[in-house]
Amino acid sequence: MKSMTNMRRRDFLKTAGVYTGACTLAIAPLSANATPQSVQAEIDKLTDGKAVIDNGRVQLTLPEIAENGGTVPLTVSIDSPMTAEDHIKAVHVYADGNPLPEIASYYLGPFNGKAELSLRIRLSKTQNVVVVAETSTGETWVGRKPVKVTLGGCGG
Amino acid sequence: MATKNIKPRVRVPKKLTKGQVFEVKTLVSHRMETGLRKDKETGETIPRDIIRALSVTYNGRQVMYSIWHTAMSANPYTSFYVRAEDSGAMTFTWTDSANQTYTKDVAINVTG
Repeated sequence: MKSMTNMRRRDFLKTAGVYTGACTLAIAPLSANATPQSVQAEIDKLTDGKAVIDNGRVQLTLPEIAENGGTVPLTVSIDSPMTAEDHIKAVHVYADGNPLPEIASYYLGPFNGKAELSLRIRLSKTQNVVVVAETSTGETWVGRKPVKVTLGGCGG
Repeated sequence: MATKNIKPRVRVPKKLTKGQVFEVKTLVSHRMETGLRKDKETGETIPRDIIRALSVTYNGRQVMYSIWHTAMSANPYTSFYVRAEDSGAMTFTWTDSANQTYTKDVAINVTG
């Protein structure tokens, strides 16, 4: 009798283990491959490993909670005079929890008059959006913002 | 393919004064297939099909260039700013992952 009870308990544990495993496997293809490290690796490629400056001049406007991760409005506003001597050359947008870290890159110049742009992005789960701006003076600025994504899913 | 239904749209202010910094809004209808999804019936991966770049020129000079990845939403929308110099035309060129391009021209009217 005792061994039967043990067997059943073991069977139960095994089965439970299989189900847990199956759930993990099922969500694995949907889960993210980008990480804060892979975003950092992308930024390092831009800067040649030089430090980026978080000076508050790169502002991100995003909803704090995105109900639909398929289309999240993002506005990037960078404090720059946009003159011939001092302007933003490029703006790169990343996400650290998506299947791929890159979202978009924009190349600008003094003819833009204002370093502000809007776009709509896809976010697969709750994560940080990271924006990197390259200035004409050779500096690299960064701005980050977390977004909570309330998409359904396996235990989502 | 779906590429036939692609409809680019652009909005700029009707009248501008010289030196004015104005907003340019763009939208192109495209499903932006990521290449990460699988067909539920066949189990095969649906090939990637995205708009990968948008180039904008103003009287022949490039004023914006952007590279897009799969994390851009379907029907990608983007807006940015340009300083009005002279009347003329802005040309918008979207390029998809098969290197097919979609172009739209918009008149720019600068007074004063």
